[in-house]
Amino acid sequence: MKKRGKRGQVQTALRYIVLIGVGVLMLYPLIWMVFATFKSNAEIFGSIALWPEKWNFEAYKSIFKKYSGQLNLPMAMANTYKMVLTKVAFTVASATLTAYGFARFNFIGHKTLFAVMISTLFLPQTVLNAPQYIMFAKWGMLDSYLPIVLPSLFAVDTYFVFMLVQFLRGIPKEMEEAAAIDGCNSFQTLLRVICPMLSPAMVSCALFQFMWSSNDFMGPLIYISTVAKKPASVFIKMCMDTDAGTAWNRILAFSLLALAPSLVIFFFAQKTFVEGISAGSLKG
Amino acid sequence: MKKTKKLIKNNIGFLYILPWVIGFAAFKLYPFASSFYYSFTDYILRKGQAVTRYGLFNYQEFFTNKDMLKAFFVTFRYAFMTVPLKLLFALFVAYILSFKIKGVGLFRTAYYIPSILGGSVAIAVLWSALFQKQGIINGILGAVGIAGPSWLGDGNLALFTICLLRVWQFGSAMVIFLAALKGIPTDLYESAAIDGAGSAIRFAKITVPLITPSIFYNLVTQLVQAFQEFNGPYIITKGGPNQATTLISLLIYGQAFQRFQMGMASAMAWILFVVVGALSAIAFASQKHWVYYADEVAK
Repeated sequence: MKKRGKRGQVQTALRYIVLIGVGVLMLYPLIWMVFATFKSNAEIFGSIALWPEKWNFEAYKSIFKKYSGQLNLPMAMANTYKMVLTKVAFTVASATLTAYGFARFNFIGHKTLFAVMISTLFLPQTVLNAPQYIMFAKWGMLDSYLPIVLPSLFAVDTYFVFMLVQFLRGIPKEMEEAAAIDGCNSFQTLLRVICPMLSPAMVSCALFQFMWSSNDFMGPLIYISTVAKKPASVFIKMCMDTDAGTAWNRILAFSLLALAPSLVIFFFAQKTFVEGISAGSLKG
Repeated sequence: MKKTKKLIKNNIGFLYILPWVIGFAAFKLYPFASSFYYSFTDYILRKGQAVTRYGLFNYQEFFTNKDMLKAFFVTFRYAFMTVPLKLLFALFVAYILSFKIKGVGLFRTAYYIPSILGGSVAIAVLWSALFQKQGIINGILGAVGIAGPSWLGDGNLALFTICLLRVWQFGSAMVIFLAALKGIPTDLYESAAIDGAGSAIRFAKITVPLITPSIFYNLVTQLVQAFQEFNGPYIITKGGPNQATTLISLLIYGQAFQRFQMGMASAMAWILFVVVGALSAIAFASQKHWVYYADEVAK
């Protein structure tokens, strides 16, 4: 860079300008959102200033306001995380078992089953929604969290299995062989040898599943009909239908609060996310 | 006896993948197959409602129904607008980040936040606030002397607005590109520079070929995603105006879960599946013409 002198410096400066510009485009909407929750509805649509003219806390006063007389934001968020945490635990457990099976053992049909598993990565969920709904209706599981949570117990999110298999392939087998000589069976080996080494990848699965299932909208929209059981994603859509045009500050405040747990987790674990996404892709 | 024991011992790994095998059979294969069956029926999910007709009528209906064909067309427009824009933008930013830049981590994190949160209802709500006629986007445009359009009132612009929401989430594609770019050995660039190749030529002849595997991966995953987009149009535009943003997934949702016409919904879902499958198949088949895997190149 130094050798190229002035031209190099201009290029570097240009790069920073572009990067900062893109950064502003990425973050400004979110920053605007934070301040908008402290503005009156009139100010949100009347002024382009970021800073509120007059701090208005009206939006936050209605956090406990119940919609349809049954559900408020904290209740809806509690519903969300009931589902999300169960789903995360189920996913990590089932995906780890499956990945261990695929990465460390040979059995009849191994190759075929692995190919089948990979191909389901490309199977659109949209195709499965209607028949799954019919199935859960027959099983009497409608209007419960089971249709959303239960499949996770069976490693249906194959993306995570794939991610763990990729990670396991990079772990040398010597430790496991030593454990086998010491008389561990394969399950004990999984618990005592594999899991500790695999834990970074397991954490990364847990975090991604946390984010994705917190964002999930279609699942609860289809399956949950009792208002009191609805999660935050559906709750916000409900509020938008009743309040849009009249109280944007309130809907934005609710949205921001609903995002807050995900944002906090992202900031604490950003490295895991960024590295996880490249680990899960095809490494060749 | 001994034989069975040996058989079990040799296939112990199967026990570990058993949860997935069950899950695959119950939650993927069976629904997949049964939706194929339903697509040839007039099945309506209500108490006591049975199938009364079998045949191709759902498919016939689809290809003669104006609204459905329009949704099909709109979905293609959406996908072919969103995916290239998103990938080009992701590649462009990743390329800049791949140079010696201070604070790469900071930029990467900032760019990645929309990808993590962007699929949520909360962000869709934010998006519709931003793009209101009197919203902040038009406010800023007005401040520089441009009369902002009615983003959600015009069909083309509404589609573009929900497309932008996806492009804004370019972070995960970018992170994958960036990892690939960082994997290119620097000596390749150095020897090309000695041979007198300019930066544009180096980008076209070295960079792009070497990251084709990640271009391929991003292309296929983003395409599959784009054809299933639901939250954006459902929340921001409600499919409107004048059905300009009614993607096929919205129609499937309406048929299946508002009218409980499971037969018709399944037929539409299968048409979507065939389209996505065909596009992925084309991508996979074309791989050998343009995707270079490192182990082939190195030798």
